[in-house]
Amino acid sequence: MAKLEYHSEQKASPKMSVKDLNLYYKDFQALKSVNLDFPAHQVTALIGPSGCGKSTLLKCLNRMNDLVAGCQITGTVFLDGQDAYKEVNVNDLRRRVGMVFQQPNPFPMSIYDNIAFGPRTHGIKSRSDLDVIVEQSLRSAALWDELKDRLKKNALSLSGGQQQRLCIARALAVKPEVLLMDESTAALDPISTAKIEELVGELKDSYTIIMVTHNMLQARRVSDRTAFFLLGEMVEMGPTEILFSRPREKRTASYVSGEFG
Amino acid sequence: MAFSDAHGRRLKAAIVRWVIYGATLLTVAVLFGILGYILCNGVPNLTPELFAWEYTTDNVSLMPAFINTILIAALALTIAVPLGIGAAIYLVEYARRGNRFVMVVRAAAETLQGIPSIIYGLFGLLFFVTALGWRLSLMAGAFTLAIMVLPVIMRTTEEALLAVPNAYREASFGLGAGRLRTVFCCVLPTAIPGIVGGVILALGRCVGEVAALLYTAGSVAEVPNFLQQGFAAFFQPTRTLATHLYVLASEGLHTQETFATAVVLLILVITLNLGANFFAKKLGVKREDG
Ligand SMILES: Nc1ncnc2c1ncn2[C@@H]1O[C@H](COP(=O)(O)OP(=O)(O)OP(=O)(O)O)[C@@H](O)[C@H]1O
Ligand SMILES: [Mg+2]
Repeated sequence: MAKLEYHSEQKASPKMSVKDLNLYYKDFQALKSVNLDFPAHQVTALIGPSGCGKSTLLKCLNRMNDLVAGCQITGTVFLDGQDAYKEVNVNDLRRRVGMVFQQPNPFPMSIYDNIAFGPRTHGIKSRSDLDVIVEQSLRSAALWDELKDRLKKNALSLSGGQQQRLCIARALAVKPEVLLMDESTAALDPISTAKIEELVGELKDSYTIIMVTHNMLQARRVSDRTAFFLLGEMVEMGPTEILFSRPREKRTASYVSGEFG
Repeated sequence: MAFSDAHGRRLKAAIVRWVIYGATLLTVAVLFGILGYILCNGVPNLTPELFAWEYTTDNVSLMPAFINTILIAALALTIAVPLGIGAAIYLVEYARRGNRFVMVVRAAAETLQGIPSIIYGLFGLLFFVTALGWRLSLMAGAFTLAIMVLPVIMRTTEEALLAVPNAYREASFGLGAGRLRTVFCCVLPTAIPGIVGGVILALGRCVGEVAALLYTAGSVAEVPNFLQQGFAAFFQPTRTLATHLYVLASEGLHTQETFATAVVLLILVITLNLGANFFAKKLGVKREDG
């Protein structure tokens, strides 16, 4: 019955969705029965005040929470209708659902090896295949022209903005279907931020993107849909323009108008 | 009032500064004093006879001891390095945080690190030499040394692994790498300089050890004859350079040769350190497939 409603409401089946998700860190409940769909080829923004569980939800989607001791989950996460916790191998899931973190975290290796790390993990060994992947990934992240002569250089020698775009390229190199971005521009200057926002706009044709942001202007600029969180609850979800201009909930209205948070 | 305060503070700062300068100067002076003393007394006495293949009571050649030192250190590290690094990887990367077992192992390693080496010698004597019947031998000495440096390697590797930012692990897991790949292709290469530091420390202790070896490896100044005896040569008694130095010094008959031997030991340790550092640099910058 519940399942029927959910299908009729959302015509095309979503790329990822979350059903009745509760998450506990030991005794503390960080997510409270969250229900959410992430349609394919759209950018979904998660907004809300600090500590409301945005990162936590993001980490459920590629099971990075498995690494946190004392973290327990009830409910279901679907990827293409499959249970991400039961029917998909965890390493496979993380390949299909890539992640870009708040702080750029390139490995202390060459630019080339950074990008080749993922493909090598998944068994691509031939140098020529890797060369192609590295070039494609760097091009998708709008880095190829800047870096094509410096592939052997250590990635840590890049600027913060370049490092973050390198991390995006690295995530793209394993050909993910979904890209999770956790405040991926928070540590960057306005120009790097603009570049990454532009990039997100281009990437959504090929990927489904879910991004956490504190910057409401950014959410309005780049996202198609926005979900508002408060204290572990998903308060409201809708097309970005509507959520910002005509929110249904009073709590959403006061947050997006900047009254708190 | 305010003026005198500032004045007093400046005076204090000056005193502290001079004390620090003094301490630095003294440390450097002692270090170079020792080095200079050994070199001045030793280098002029570096004669070809000292490097003769065979040791006799006349030439007091250090060559057999030199070779034995390398053999015993290599053997000890071959045993201790994989074990120590493996244990550290388990403790840091696999065991759950706050695990009781981990805390016990850590406390034990810390305690073992502080035990005087003669205790290891005693243990080696009772266990390897007597109980296992290995007699005074290269093997017994190497195993004793291995046990002695195991906690050193384990602890330094642990520190090195803990110092690797979690962001690297997250990035690796996030790309779909399993724990094995994350540890070996991402965490370990990053930690290599620290680990090599620990191995150098261990190497230094192996090369410089006397107390633990006197009662486990013996002091026969001959290289075990592997060509003739094969595997049995591992159970021949041996004398390392440090033991050799100890024997020469306590006999007191060959003061000049003793200093020369000390120079060689010094150079050996320095060379090994430099070599290990070079190796660490090569390994640290990891490039798969070139
Ligand atoms: N590993 C953890 N162990 C215990 N509690 C945690 C852990 N990680 C997060 N929390 C708690 O869960 C809640 C949600 O955290 P989360 O990091 O998801 O917030 P967030 O919405 O991403 O905040 P921010 O905008 O500041 O990044 C917070 O109250 C936080 O204290
Ligand atoms: Mg967060």
